Amino acid sequence: MSRKTQQKTSIALEKCRTGISGFDEITGGGLPKGRPTLVCGGAGSGKTLFAMEFLLNGATQFNEPGIFISFEENERELAENVASLGWDLEALSREKKIFLDHVYIERSEIEETGEFNLEGLFIRIESALSAVNAKRIAVDSMEALFSGFSDEMTLRAEIRRLFRWLKEKGLTAVITGEQGKGSFTRHGLEEYISDCVVFLDNRMNDQVATRRIRVVKYRGTSHGANEYPFLITEKGFSVLPITSLNLDYSVSTERISTGVERLDTMLGGQGFFRGSSILVSGTAGTGKSSLAARFAAAACNRGEQALYFSFEESPQQIMRNMGSIGIDLRSPAENGLLHFRSVRASSFGMEIHLSMMVKAMNDINPTVVAIDPISNLSSVGDEKEVKETLTRLIDYMKMKGITSFFTDLTFGGNALEKTQNAISSLMDTWILLKDIELNGERNRGMYVLKSRGMAHSNQIREFLITDDGLQLVDAYIGPGGVLTGTSRINQEAVETAEEQLRQQKLERLRRDLKRRENAMESRMQEIKDAFQSEKEEIEHALAELKVRETSLNQNIRKLTKMRGAD
Amino acid sequence: MVMKQQEPETVMEDMDNGNKWSLRLYVAGQTPNCVKAFENLKEICEQELKGRYKIEVIDLLKNPELAKGDQILAIPTLVRKLPPPVKRIIGSLKNTERVLVGLDLRKQKL
Repeated sequence: MSRKTQQKTSIALEKCRTGISGFDEITGGGLPKGRPTLVCGGAGSGKTLFAMEFLLNGATQFNEPGIFISFEENERELAENVASLGWDLEALSREKKIFLDHVYIERSEIEETGEFNLEGLFIRIESALSAVNAKRIAVDSMEALFSGFSDEMTLRAEIRRLFRWLKEKGLTAVITGEQGKGSFTRHGLEEYISDCVVFLDNRMNDQVATRRIRVVKYRGTSHGANEYPFLITEKGFSVLPITSLNLDYSVSTERISTGVERLDTMLGGQGFFRGSSILVSGTAGTGKSSLAARFAAAACNRGEQALYFSFEESPQQIMRNMGSIGIDLRSPAENGLLHFRSVRASSFGMEIHLSMMVKAMNDINPTVVAIDPISNLSSVGDEKEVKETLTRLIDYMKMKGITSFFTDLTFGGNALEKTQNAISSLMDTWILLKDIELNGERNRGMYVLKSRGMAHSNQIREFLITDDGLQLVDAYIGPGGVLTGTSRINQEAVETAEEQLRQQKLERLRRDLKRRENAMESRMQEIKDAFQSEKEEIEHALAELKVRETSLNQNIRKLTKMRGAD
Repeated sequence: MVMKQQEPETVMEDMDNGNKWSLRLYVAGQTPNCVKAFENLKEICEQELKGRYKIEVIDLLKNPELAKGDQILAIPTLVRKLPPPVKRIIGSLKNTERVLVGLDLRKQKL
């Protein structure tokens, strides 16, 4: 016996796939095989649907027929309920894949006199099991028994016996139970089911409902312990385990265009990395949405699928507005490349938004996603929740290699510090659009605050939204600070004039110099001339003197001769 | 065999006058509770309904498919098919007073 037990524990717990999207992931493969699982929650939390999908998926996907013991709804009601999700219960019953048994309990029709047991229920289950050779069973909800019988001692003993019996038969069972006050189930069913307990919750927060699922316990296996959001969609139960368990995703070195040529230049000349996350923050009217639209349009032009989540405008409005500034979103939308999802942020809770976004991404498989703006989402949750959710969203998108483009509306003067939720740390590239107000005029400036993994421009650019699209021009940076718009144009005119003046002055100085040079030269000539004439005069005088001396000497000799002197 | 299905024709004559009782006892094999229930039921019927009742004993171990028809969960269960409305009494029927109330043969004591 002890050897047998040992053997059992040494074998890894076998799991039974539910086929419920997402649930098998958080439990690492599904429910414990051959054991009962308690699924509990309040009214309308989706217990019955969970149980039903477990059976239907088993019957259709895993070749494990199942029986559904319903204490609440009859066969016809159940068939109708799942028909809306696209299942044909009657056909499955005919094919002996599913067996439905509605167990009717009406307290007023039952009188108890003396000892009894629930062998009748056992027999019904037994015959249902053999009718379809069932591997799975769902009981919805076990607690109805408590309303049918007053002898609780007997009932509890019988429920205990039932679970043991189901286990012996190796059936994977889903038992549903109504949530009680301060306990998982009203009648403490969790006492009897020790293998796996799943809790479904439909919580209201600020008038917004969010469905959550939690694996409370799962003996002998590790499981995600968090609460996960889930959706009940037209395709049924959908758990979205958007976890940030690791930062271990492959990265791409491929670069994609931002859609604005000079912005590509600012980002190392090539634009964003594929699969990176981009944040554009700025105050109202700085052109965030336009940039997002341009980015999406550029992706569509490359033939990629783009998904645009809008929390402010309807698709028609976006297309019209962007058309007016030369960004054509209508044709990619009509060609099925661009997909819009517009929803008011306040319609759902944060988790549901996230779930719906993930679902849309799974359905469409886009390469780029624009979310405009995330700041609107922040209004539906507290800061911590928002950050957590965004972390998961970004991780999810990175895992799928989706390039994500977020816009963030900031308020107040210093846009930089006001970017909420500390989301900037999650972003690979952060572009700041800034209103520059000067001389009674507002203009748009653009910086690249950071961009991981590339050399990027540190300069501010003026961001122009024109009829022909988006343009970036150099902003004037001078002694008076950064100038944009007409100030820039004015400043440019002033500069041109100054330059002209400078040129003129230079010319004047040059001419002056020339003139001085000329004057000097002419004066030198004058001096030279004067010297020359003086020289000539002196030479003339010298010559004259010489002549005079010669003639004097001759006179003396003549006189001497005449005097007869010796 | 302690329990056996009553011969219907022996009581049918009396049932023609409209005052007919049709009872069905669901059991699962010969468990002490089931045996006791049958004995208790027979005794009560003999005292209260002599000559105008029939008892059908259904062993669900032999006919499991019959459990669904009368919505049987508990064993033993006594179902009053006639006169209407349908009544269900579960257990070993050891409390005669409660059985009589359950079968509408006594007014509930207040």
